Amino acid sequence: MRITCPLCGSRDSREFSIKGHEIALSRPAPDAGTAAWHAYLHLRENPAGMTAELWYHGAGCGAWLRVVRNTVTHEVLKIELVRDVTGAAHAD
Amino acid sequence: MRIDGKGMINRSMPISFRFDGREFQGFQGDTLASALLANGVVLMGRSFKYHRPRGVLTAGSEEPNALMEIGTGARKTPNVRATVQEIFQGLQAQSQNRIGPLHRDLLSVNDIFWPFLGAGFYYKTFMWPRRFWEGLYEPIIRRAAGLGALSGQPDPDRYEKAFAFCDLLVIGGGPAGLMAALTAARAGADVILADESAGFGGRLLSETEAIEGKPGAVWVGETLTALAGTGKVRLMPRTTVTGAYDGGTFGALERVGQHLPAAPDLPQDCFWRITARRAILAAGALERPIAFPMNDRPGIMLASAVRSYLNRYGVAPGQRVAVFATNDAAHWTALDMMKAGITVAAVIDSRADAIAQGDYRLFAGGQVITTRGRRALDGVAVRYGSNETLVKADCLAISGGWNPTLHLTCHTGARPVWEDTIKAFVPHKGAVPGLTPAGACTGVFDTAGCLAAGIAAARDALTELGMTAPDIAPPEASGDAGTGQALWYVEGKGRAWLDFANDVTTKDVKQATQENFRSVEHMKRYTTLGMAPDQGKSSNIAALAFLADATGRGIPETGTTTCRPPYVPVPISAMAAGAQGKGFQPERLTTSHAATVGRGAPMIEAGLWYRPGYFPAHGETTWRQSCDREAGMVRNTVGVCDVSTLGKIDIQGRDAGAFLDFVYTNTFSTLKPGRVRYGLMLREDGHVMDDGTTARLGNTHYVMTTTTAAAGHVMTHLEFVLQALRPDLDVRVISVTEQWAQFAVAGPESRTLLNSIIDTPISDETWPFMACGLVAVHGVAGRLFRISFSGEHAYEVAVPARYGDALFRDLVARAEALGGGAYGMEALNVLRIEKGFVTHSEIHGRVTAFDIGMGRMISPGKDCIGKTAAARPGLNDPARELLVGLKPVGAVKQLTAGAHLFEAGAEPVRENDLGYVTSVGFSPALGSYLGLGFLRNGRARHGDTVKHVDHLRGVETLCEVCDPIFFDRDGGRARG
Amino acid sequence: MASLIARFPAHGFLPVRHGDVILSEEIPEAITALMPYRGQSRALSAAMKAAHGVAFPGPNRSTQKLPAQAVWTGMDQAFLIGVPADATLSTHAALVDQGDAWAVLTLDGAGVEDVLARLTPLDLRMSVFKHSHAARSLLGHMNAVFIRDGTRRFTIMVFRSMAKTACRELEEAMRGVAARQAR
Repeated sequence: MRITCPLCGSRDSREFSIKGHEIALSRPAPDAGTAAWHAYLHLRENPAGMTAELWYHGAGCGAWLRVVRNTVTHEVLKIELVRDVTGAAHAD
Repeated sequence: MRIDGKGMINRSMPISFRFDGREFQGFQGDTLASALLANGVVLMGRSFKYHRPRGVLTAGSEEPNALMEIGTGARKTPNVRATVQEIFQGLQAQSQNRIGPLHRDLLSVNDIFWPFLGAGFYYKTFMWPRRFWEGLYEPIIRRAAGLGALSGQPDPDRYEKAFAFCDLLVIGGGPAGLMAALTAARAGADVILADESAGFGGRLLSETEAIEGKPGAVWVGETLTALAGTGKVRLMPRTTVTGAYDGGTFGALERVGQHLPAAPDLPQDCFWRITARRAILAAGALERPIAFPMNDRPGIMLASAVRSYLNRYGVAPGQRVAVFATNDAAHWTALDMMKAGITVAAVIDSRADAIAQGDYRLFAGGQVITTRGRRALDGVAVRYGSNETLVKADCLAISGGWNPTLHLTCHTGARPVWEDTIKAFVPHKGAVPGLTPAGACTGVFDTAGCLAAGIAAARDALTELGMTAPDIAPPEASGDAGTGQALWYVEGKGRAWLDFANDVTTKDVKQATQENFRSVEHMKRYTTLGMAPDQGKSSNIAALAFLADATGRGIPETGTTTCRPPYVPVPISAMAAGAQGKGFQPERLTTSHAATVGRGAPMIEAGLWYRPGYFPAHGETTWRQSCDREAGMVRNTVGVCDVSTLGKIDIQGRDAGAFLDFVYTNTFSTLKPGRVRYGLMLREDGHVMDDGTTARLGNTHYVMTTTTAAAGHVMTHLEFVLQALRPDLDVRVISVTEQWAQFAVAGPESRTLLNSIIDTPISDETWPFMACGLVAVHGVAGRLFRISFSGEHAYEVAVPARYGDALFRDLVARAEALGGGAYGMEALNVLRIEKGFVTHSEIHGRVTAFDIGMGRMISPGKDCIGKTAAARPGLNDPARELLVGLKPVGAVKQLTAGAHLFEAGAEPVRENDLGYVTSVGFSPALGSYLGLGFLRNGRARHGDTVKHVDHLRGVETLCEVCDPIFFDRDGGRARG
Repeated sequence: MASLIARFPAHGFLPVRHGDVILSEEIPEAITALMPYRGQSRALSAAMKAAHGVAFPGPNRSTQKLPAQAVWTGMDQAFLIGVPADATLSTHAALVDQGDAWAVLTLDGAGVEDVLARLTPLDLRMSVFKHSHAARSLLGHMNAVFIRDGTRRFTIMVFRSMAKTACRELEEAMRGVAARQAR
């Protein structure tokens, strides 16, 4: 499997590690309640098809990536920097 | 027998080799199989189950029979196909799967008992008594049924793994592959052309047919010159593409040194990961045998193999050749043999309307119904119409048609499609994204068609690559693919082999269907058909056809088994190349490594790092003596320990304080510059992730330390928090673990020692407990932290790593002058247990801040990672297993990590388990073993006696439960 | 007062030669990580040009005006190599000394890509990875920085503590390539 890092280009998957579903980006407020936190921490779909995941380019540029891919065909449809999704600090 | 004037072997380069101890001669360019056939050796192995004599069936990598052991001693490689192995001077080959000599294998007795050894035999027979299986049945069966043997010794040969990249990967160097490579290279694409043979050309090297009026081999040579001329083609001979994976990644096995005498440093194999923007599969097709009774005798081989041995290697596989085929290849084979002066005994063509194309005896509508011969074929029985006759022959060339080599198109999950016009499976369209099959692997069997298909596939690929294809006309070649009919098996008396490699016959498949293993996948597993090293390349389709008939279904409805990588056997040694011994993982060495090893310290692995266990002093014979001395040294004088392996992360930015407040449970934004604070880090699920100290070097500048084990993980976590969770923060982080050599200097004399090496002396007033700052160490800009992991008055001093070696030697020498010295991990562990400091033995991923008595470190005034989840009632239940100290109080004084805790009077069984012990050490300061562990409701049980039971090591010790801080509870010693 | 003797990461292992390829160690004058803050990369680049004559490099690139070289090493991060970073840069970026954190190795000679192909999953074809291109990737299991310095010359940076492993693995690959060439 290859992943095209928006900064580094097409790279072998061995340079990356996966965290799991992009729900990890949607951290509930501290007072959001037990159900919201339970869902955030523990509830995950196991989709046959499209899913959006977070991958870390740890052996590359250190960027966290949002990867949209199909778990059935292994097709990768979209890859973007997490910081571009969240608006995190960007030197440019 | 060699045929003069035939073949592409180099007759000026004779090569001698040994087979089963006998010396033979062949020529450069020979495979082991061709060289043995040239020497009249037909018997090359014994079959898997029945130990029947076998010869070669094929001339390629799909060979099921002629598997051999190559080399001797530790260099022996089993199960090498004689059809692939090239000979070289000094090659030693042995036949395998036999007891006694090959021609008198004692296990051939199995063949007499064949009626009892059919499919399912083992499952049904060796059920009782059950305990006999491991001790008796299995070893005997393994000895009798099997392949070659491993040497049992470490393999001294070298292997490689490597990466390659190209615009276009062309798999197979036959007519389609060569034209595809040429077309793409002329367009300027970077091309890799891989072929599993030693020479490019594919079937063109084995046939007599002409291209552009030239012999095939001549045209191949010219084409290779043209390819070289483009400067864009990387030729990879002896390279089998073994698997197709996602994203244009292919696995390939290159035989680098297998065909050469051993040379120092030369790898045997290289396993390639090839990444290609586009790929063309031009893998050709495999001829299929026919399952007729007794079709496995040495001398019976595929018609295409007979032509390969004759035309490519100049070898006649027999003196009197018969041909049995369902197609025109029968006649081509006969004509080739006759032209070479070999007697053609008969051509048996299963088609009733077959017409002889030369002067040979033809049995139109004929079938071979059985064969004769003990260790080699000597005759075949032919039935034609209502007649039967015996034809004397020592070689029978068989052809049941061709199966496209489409395996790679199935590797990502696609199923092949049945094409009734050619009675074969062809690749599913778009099976592997970016991979285009072309030529014979799509069912195009004529040379002109293959040449044109190669060009067309390259054009498509070039268009997708955004390149312009040059105008290339296909070379002139024969457009005759011949005709044929499907004939999968011949009814008759005796066993008819489908899978030669695993000894599976039509009777076995029939029995499987009778026992209702009708699904192709069930039949395969019940009979083991297709599960040998050849993976059923010459048997799967015929077996499928037989199964279809036996179950009254068509072939498409019956389905196929799944082709998975690798296409050919890949040695584990190639896949694991470089990963054994020190190549398994990097070694991380501290700057003090040389000095430490020089002092005779045994090293302990801590993650990738190597750290000293202890530093043995003169006269010490056990590690405990050293450990006790070192721990005492720190308590009484001064000790020096390399702590560079702890993770160090530089954190800068105007929001650095707010960032730390968010990742730590406690507050760091209020920490004053020049001060250090202990921090506890949780995972978002409320459990402890890591701990360590963080120093504030400036207003917007902190340095965090992590444990050695969690350094990488914490760095990943910090990046995630910054990029994903806290976009509002402007903070930059980078690891500085490698930049600094850092040493703990601990003990009552630590300041005396330090003041002798730093340019400006310090005191309690200028450098109190938990102070930090910049110092000059022997004039070098360094950092000094007054922190303690031993509970003593202690410091950590850091210098740029280039000075680490010198500083360590200097510190140890000065410590020794003060009556102290270096200490290792064992003493460090004892010292921290005495103080109840936790490590990852305690914060192992399942404990909370509450469990380790740090619940109050979760600051109420701010949010932090893990705070909400840590507040869940279940994580704050006093009945949880909580951190306690343990001291032996009974007759047994020993504690062991990993032991479990029980009530003193309770039976030590799982139901009564109250907790477990995480760390133990002998404290010389307290004269006792001490333990840290987790005990249910532990904080309320200080003073109680519990039983420590180590079932594994058989240790049972009564312990007093106590506070985990055993030594200097108020911490006065560290404050100085 | 005694003075501390500096010791460099690949001390005692290098240089080595196998076939046409030579592996040796470089000791740069300084290495400083430059990590521009939010919106500061242009200002940092200007300050770098003024002080050192090199711009902040884009992804997978390096810029050079000897003795200074700036190498892109990750998201919002570059290493300034060869000169101590000017203090003016700290207005725009976090500056972190990395001068002792890395073993800086050079691999030089015909077949250098073949040696590296045995250890790194990077596409190092000349047409793709051109002169002055830089990348973060793996050397075996080790995180590394790769810079192409010439048609047959690369600089490879690995963590200091792994210098011995890196040298051993590079040498192993060099031996294999040399043995193939001699085949």
